[in-house]
Amino acid sequence: MIEIKNLNVYYENQNKKTQAISNLNARLPRGEICAIIGPSGSGKSTLLKVLAGIIRNYEGEVRIHGKTVDPKIHRIGFVPQNYGLIEWKTVEQNIFLSAKLKDGRKQIDTAFYERILEKLNIKDLIKRYPNQLSGGQRQRVSIARALLLKPDLLLMDEPFSALDALTREAIQEVFLAVWREFQVTTILITHDIREAIYLGKKIAVFSSAPGTIIKMIENPFFGETDLKLGEAYNALNGRLREILKGEPSS
Amino acid sequence: MKRKGYQGIHGIYLFFFVLLLWQGLALLLDKPFLPPVSDILLNILMTFWGKIAVHALYSLRRILIGIVFTLLAGVPLGILMGYLKKIDFLFSPLLYFSYPVPKMALLPIVMLLFGLGETAKIVMIFLITFFPVVVNIRDDVKNIPLEVFYPVLSLGAGHFQIIKEIILPGAMPVALTSLRLGIGTAISVLFFTENFGTEYGLGYFIMDAWMRVNYIEMYSGILILSMIGLLLFVAIDSLENKLCPWREDR
Repeated sequence: MIEIKNLNVYYENQNKKTQAISNLNARLPRGEICAIIGPSGSGKSTLLKVLAGIIRNYEGEVRIHGKTVDPKIHRIGFVPQNYGLIEWKTVEQNIFLSAKLKDGRKQIDTAFYERILEKLNIKDLIKRYPNQLSGGQRQRVSIARALLLKPDLLLMDEPFSALDALTREAIQEVFLAVWREFQVTTILITHDIREAIYLGKKIAVFSSAPGTIIKMIENPFFGETDLKLGEAYNALNGRLREILKGEPSS
Repeated sequence: MKRKGYQGIHGIYLFFFVLLLWQGLALLLDKPFLPPVSDILLNILMTFWGKIAVHALYSLRRILIGIVFTLLAGVPLGILMGYLKKIDFLFSPLLYFSYPVPKMALLPIVMLLFGLGETAKIVMIFLITFFPVVVNIRDDVKNIPLEVFYPVLSLGAGHFQIIKEIILPGAMPVALTSLRLGIGTAISVLFFTENFGTEYGLGYFIMDAWMRVNYIEMYSGILILSMIGLLLFVAIDSLENKLCPWREDR
């Protein structure tokens, strides 16, 4: 269970205090996947950094499975916007890195590693360097790195935004298949309403800055590909659009 | 593009072309200050081990010791300045103040402080190569995208792990490039410093031959000094290929 209570985050820049997140409350049960949508600059990425333990200077409570978030205790997989792969490590070294840092090289579950490679179809790429990969392949490597950690929480910051439409659809499908198998508690940020409906069991709508969740929607169309022209689907799409329109982009 | 040292067939053609041009020009001018290259090469073959080698080894030793000190001091300082703002804040003013000073202008001070012997010569090489290594590594580390750090920070990785896994290997290419640039200047400074307080080193050998109007010997020294430069460049290129394999396809 992920619990956030009365979260407030401030940035200090040149002695000027700016509030990024305002009084945010949320709960996400274990094994759920939540898509966050909202205007640019509304604090979505800041929330992810708080959940990742990267930002520690905040007010309020942020708990993962009952304990205050701490990257030293929790296992948090982070997939940043541009994949965050280390250019000077091979695909295999990149994937191993998180598990290696967390548990040591010898503790890596090689059978699980092989399964992830197979699921994400990157077995043939392990000796390559990131500069030898396409955007879609980089994305899959980044997801594999986070999954090998067997994370308590998987955080993804606009993971598919840099991909072309066809690759994005393909990778979304692969990701969903992988997620269904491993059932990792996941929070992902997206700007694409259709992506949020496809990948989010829950959809959290963010307000403009300082951000907070203004609507948490249970999504009946999670993982559905055939309903995109259906009436109910369009109604949800329209509803999300209306909520976002009510929030001017900052 | 992968560097293949200077083993490329085109490099050899070019080298022979220059020698041929030199030979033609020398025969055409027929002046003692430009002896035919064949005479110089013959002199090197005949006298290298008996006469030139000891000078070449002295020069090479001074350069190598200077470079080792530069790497030992410059790489850690550059990394720490790029990674930790406080260290950068502390050392940057000193760096900006001392970097632009022409290092040759420091020669009298270095000689006053370290005497006329070996130490002063090595210190001069160190001063020439140290600053570009520090500045370039610092800037390169600062340019590593923040996203590369997020997945590692979310694991609770400490400074040591981040430096070891991300920064140090990432800074290696720019350290070697700075060294490559510094070596050219280091050799010219070495030539100058070897004219004081020593009877060993190619600088001394060349100037001594010049004063004795022995042009063949003088050119032999110049050619060997160039070969040392070439040798160091090839060594750095090979080191780069070994330490930075991800750059092979560039």
